[in-house]
Amino acid sequence: MKEFFHRKLERNAIGFVLAIVGVASIGGLVEIAPLFTIHETVEEAPDMRLYTPLELAGRNLYIREGCYACHSQMIRTLRDEVERYGPYSLAVESKYDHPMLWGSKRTGPDLARLGGKYSDAWHVAHLVNPRDVVPESVMPRYGWLKRNALRIDDLSAHLAAQRAVGVPYTDAMIENATADARAQANPDDAGTSGVSERYGEATNVRAFDGNPGLLTEMDALVAYLQIVGQLTQAAQQQTAKAE
Amino acid sequence: MISGLTVSERHLALFVLGALALTGLAMAVAGRGDPLAVHGYIVLVFSLGLGFVVLSALFDPEPPEERLSEYYDDPTRAGIILSLAWAVAGMFVGVWVAALLAWPELTFVDSAWASFGRLRPVHTSGVIFGFGGNALIATSFHVLQRTCRARLPGQFAPWFVLIGYNLFCLIAATGYLMGMTQSKEYAEPEWYADIWLVVVWVVYFLIYIRTLQRRKEPHIYVANWYYMAFILVVAVLHIVNNLAVPVSFGHAKSYSLFSGVQDAMTQWWYGHNAVAFFLTAGFLGMMYYYLPKRAERPIFSYRLSIISFWGITFMYMWAGAHHLHYTALPQWVQTLGMTFSIVLLVPSWASAGNALATLNGAWHKVRDDATLRFMMVAAVFYGLSTFEGSFMAIRAVNSLSHYTDWTVGHVHAGALGWVAMITFGSLYALVPWMWKQERMYSPKLIEVHFWLALAGTVVYVFAMWNSGIIQGLMWRTYNDSGTLAYSFIDSLVAMHPYYIARAFGGLLFLAGAVVCSFNVWMTIRMARRARAAEPAGDVPLYGKAGAAPAGE
Amino acid sequence: MATERHDPATGRATTGHEWNGIEELETPIPRVVVFFLTVTTLFAIGYWILMPAWPLGVSYTKGLLGIDQRDVVTRQVEDAAAARAAWTGRIAGASLQEIAADDTLMQHVRETGRTLFIDNCAACHGTRGTGGPGFPNLAAKAWLWGGEPETIAETIRIGINAANEETRISQMMAFGRDGILDDRQVRAVAAYVRSLSALPMGAADTAEVEAGREVFAANCVACHGEDGRGSTEAGAPDLTDAAWIYGSDAQSVFTSIYSGRQGHMPHWEGRLSPVDIKLLALYVGTLAEDGR
Ligand code: HEC
Ligand code: HEC
Ligand code: HEC
Ligand code: HEM
Ligand code: HEM
Ligand SMILES: [Ca+2]
Ligand SMILES: [Ca+2]
Ligand SMILES: [Cu+2]
Repeated sequence: MKEFFHRKLERNAIGFVLAIVGVASIGGLVEIAPLFTIHETVEEAPDMRLYTPLELAGRNLYIREGCYACHSQMIRTLRDEVERYGPYSLAVESKYDHPMLWGSKRTGPDLARLGGKYSDAWHVAHLVNPRDVVPESVMPRYGWLKRNALRIDDLSAHLAAQRAVGVPYTDAMIENATADARAQANPDDAGTSGVSERYGEATNVRAFDGNPGLLTEMDALVAYLQIVGQLTQAAQQQTAKAE
Repeated sequence: MISGLTVSERHLALFVLGALALTGLAMAVAGRGDPLAVHGYIVLVFSLGLGFVVLSALFDPEPPEERLSEYYDDPTRAGIILSLAWAVAGMFVGVWVAALLAWPELTFVDSAWASFGRLRPVHTSGVIFGFGGNALIATSFHVLQRTCRARLPGQFAPWFVLIGYNLFCLIAATGYLMGMTQSKEYAEPEWYADIWLVVVWVVYFLIYIRTLQRRKEPHIYVANWYYMAFILVVAVLHIVNNLAVPVSFGHAKSYSLFSGVQDAMTQWWYGHNAVAFFLTAGFLGMMYYYLPKRAERPIFSYRLSIISFWGITFMYMWAGAHHLHYTALPQWVQTLGMTFSIVLLVPSWASAGNALATLNGAWHKVRDDATLRFMMVAAVFYGLSTFEGSFMAIRAVNSLSHYTDWTVGHVHAGALGWVAMITFGSLYALVPWMWKQERMYSPKLIEVHFWLALAGTVVYVFAMWNSGIIQGLMWRTYNDSGTLAYSFIDSLVAMHPYYIARAFGGLLFLAGAVVCSFNVWMTIRMARRARAAEPAGDVPLYGKAGAAPAGE
Repeated sequence: MATERHDPATGRATTGHEWNGIEELETPIPRVVVFFLTVTTLFAIGYWILMPAWPLGVSYTKGLLGIDQRDVVTRQVEDAAAARAAWTGRIAGASLQEIAADDTLMQHVRETGRTLFIDNCAACHGTRGTGGPGFPNLAAKAWLWGGEPETIAETIRIGINAANEETRISQMMAFGRDGILDDRQVRAVAAYVRSLSALPMGAADTAEVEAGREVFAANCVACHGEDGRGSTEAGAPDLTDAAWIYGSDAQSVFTSIYSGRQGHMPHWEGRLSPVDIKLLALYVGTLAEDGR
């Protein structure tokens, strides 16, 4: 019987290795590379703002505690999702998300439009013990967030690393990261004007955990939760335009 | 075991452990005030501890030359034990997180490490990388040598891979408990662990390719095609998906290089192919050796093997986008993800069919031998979960299944029914060979394990199908007014009974794994007590001294 | 092939290779595999032609059907809204009283309101509207701002102490912490307040009630009224009824007066449609009716 090509390949280990790598590389290249070159992949959003240092710290806590294991932040283009959660998510909304937190499981509800939906006090109560406010909940308690002081001394390094991966933080933002974090969680702080100057007038400056004297992890996480889906109004505007 | 290493290998081991200890020290110093320091200390203690073990046998005599005409199986034996240890630990955490979803207060209240979000990746990494990965490494070394009729090229490198890999798993699991995670599913460990895994993986690849090149068989056997694909593609996936910039060398935290939609696509290109090349290709390699061996049947069709291998290797890589249907990922990518997932069913079923048809002529053995039955059922579940996967990859189906427990049901049909079953079957075949025994300590217990595993899988999967489909339907049910009929909380309440059922199914499956560990343990003890006569002929050089091929 | 070996069980030829005892048969690829490979590939090709599929550098093939998931969902949502317009249009056009008097419309309100309420409001007010510590019980009819459906709708639209420009604003000052009253006075007025709704009290507190009455008259009547029945102008609660937002035990009442209160009810304008807000205002009313 005529020996066919594969029998030869089977006798050449290096050839086999190269064949595997070659064959396996195609799919990823064709699907991922164009996402960087096709312009319309990520929409324009001129009003897009950056996460403040406090919100970024909160986002890191969201990652640390594994909230993404139960909560998606991606409203799909499906009628029921749009009617339940709000306008479907746009790519631009997670443009500054390194990494993205779209999630793959909804043990709890989607959080893509959470910002502003509830009060700070509710978030604090809910995170301390979800069953105090939602008796049916299966979400874990996060009491330690309220006790742990937030680490802010290294926030400049965090912002610098963010800039290294492409988030346009300015020198002033990087320089003032620690002070801005402190000020954003304490309306009486002298630095609050700096926060609004650098991140916009609409930035929430509040004692998120209800205690202006102490900067806790709860402050950061609640500050983040209150901004989820609020960095840009592009999605809301897009729906308004459609209507 | 140390005295099995040559003196120069022992020196090399000491040198490497010294370098590792220094790295740990550097991490501990640079990471002051950061959880990174804890990992520095873990690395330090780990390498110093091993250093003492090496030192204790440093001056033992050189191992005898005859070893070179035998296979090198010490790392395989260790890998089997590690695999089972991770299986029990990982599945225990699985049962725990399952219970937490049914009874959220069943935990150490206010202890951060014990909260669901931190334990869940301990479970997923523990079972996939700890249990699955160790089983793959252990069996690949075994299969590689037997199908090449060549001894592994050295004795240090396989240990480096096995121990280095377990250090990675340890860093991963302890890191999650401390909240160190990149949040990318199945790639959660932070940058320094990722780099370490690359080092380990390169050595793993080198062992593989060098042994293949020393082979005494003209052709490379199918099992090795799959193991190779597993090693190579996982390397590519791992490196690309983990590209990140650390906050500093003193921080555990890093920021992923990509963001938003590109990050999502890269993650699920990785995530899906971790399934394809870790949970599928590697275990197909396992199946291609242990199933025909145990059944004593030739592979049904060599040509079908070729079709399925290249089909799987090529098409899986396109399918990742089915994790992002209807999202902000451009629809053209979703189209490619969906269509390739559908075509992918054909090579997948071809593999499953090839395995089942191989059993033709051996069905009476399947009936009597629980070990072979494990492998048969694994092939069936492989077929089932790939069918389900291709079905769920259809956009319309995914619109219902995504985000729900249906996905979790699919995962565990694959993970319990396929991955774990093929592993247990292979280990039951392998353990007596490795410890030179006629058979396992107790065939009865294998039978018990089989039924526990099957019952556990069925209960788990049915519970999740029910809850997932109910959940998906409740989310999109409309009332007569044309508005949403159920609130999210309504669906949450409806899940409760299924979460209890799942925890129960998981408990059965865990019990099976414990039974297996006991059985393996007793087999090893049996081996210690009375070494059975060494089966003749299980040696690298084919036909050496006229020996017949052994049972392995 | 050098060796023509055959499998004794099937009689089929093997490939002639053997790996530690494993052989392979030369079985041809079963037809069904080729068939399904062809069918699925053809399906894929057809799908690629019809739908957006292949990248082309800076663009991609749009597909003959010209379908885009975003347009599809936008249309679906619009169509659904149009299908509901039969009754939502009437809700939009009618006054809340008219709707409340219309049984068929109220049927829609109950059906739709329940899910809307639980998905948006239950986090604070509970699935049955009964509230919890810090979040008022909407079923108790103890309205802060008044129980007229219009008032309720307005509260939902603009919120209380919320980020909306028109938000209702209410604040209970921190009489103790800000030093307006000393501890003894706070304790006394707390006792007096608790006496207004005849809560059980110890002898020590009973003795304070008279002193508390004076403090109350001097500091509290501006908002809570002479008789303590509250004011819907200021959003100040009735202190004589059985409904308590923050709890009626001595400690809670003391804390309310000592540290002040400023509940935050988010505004729903922009997040919920005007029809949804109307629906919810009426739905909240039904909570009060059945006490569910
Ligand atoms: C075990 C799964 C689980 C984890 C982990 C989890 N949650 Fe939840 N979450 C839920 C469930 C279930 C609900 C719905 C019930 C409720 O409101 O508590 C919920 C609700 C919420 C809500 C209210 C959303 C809404 O629109 O009503 C927020 C906000 C939230 N979670 C934030 C978080 C944050 C922040 C974390 C991590 C620190 C977290 N969750 C971790 C399960 C979880
Ligand atoms: C973040 C928590 C929160 C959410 C969510 C919330 N509320 Fe409220 N609501 C409050 C609080 C707190 C008050 C009382 C404000 C105060 O103390 O002055 C209130 C007051 C009200 C009132 C006024 C009661 C009165 O006595 O006048 C109404 C009506 C109301 N809520 C309805 C709703 C509806 C309808 C929704 C959902 C669309 C909703 N609430 C969502 C917290 C919330
Ligand atoms: C500026 C107006 C104002 C004044 C003056 C005022 N209150 Fe209040 N009070 C309020 C408002 C508004 C609330 C409701 C706050 C909320 O719901 O968050 C309230 C709430 C309360 C509560 C909590 C009721 C509950 O249901 O838990 C108590 C008790 C109370 N007031 C007592 C007093 C006493 C005693 C004084 C005088 C020492 C006083 N108030 C003075 C506006 C006022
Ligand atoms: C004792 C048996 C097991 C139990 C009780 C169990 C339980 C669980 C639970 C509760 C989850 C979380 C699901 C959720 O978030 O809703 C989970 C996730 C997961 N488990 Fe298991 N598990 C078991 C065995 C295994 C095994 C053996 C594997 C792999 C070999 C595995 C792989 C996974 C994976 C990959 C996920 C993530 C699924 C996803 O993100 O969709 N599990 N498991
Ligand atoms: C033809 C083969 C397969 C296809 C096409 C496929 C397809 C899918 C799809 C569509 C999903 C759901 C994605 C989502 O909606 O989020 C999924 C999830 C998953 N599948 Fe498969 N599957 C296949 C085989 C397998 C096998 C054999 C396993 C083995 C364990 C497996 C493990 C998983 C895991 C772990 C997930 C969860 C990913 C997550 O965390 O979200 N799959 N698969
Ligand atoms: Ca997942
Ligand atoms: Ca990683
Ligand atoms: Cu997948």
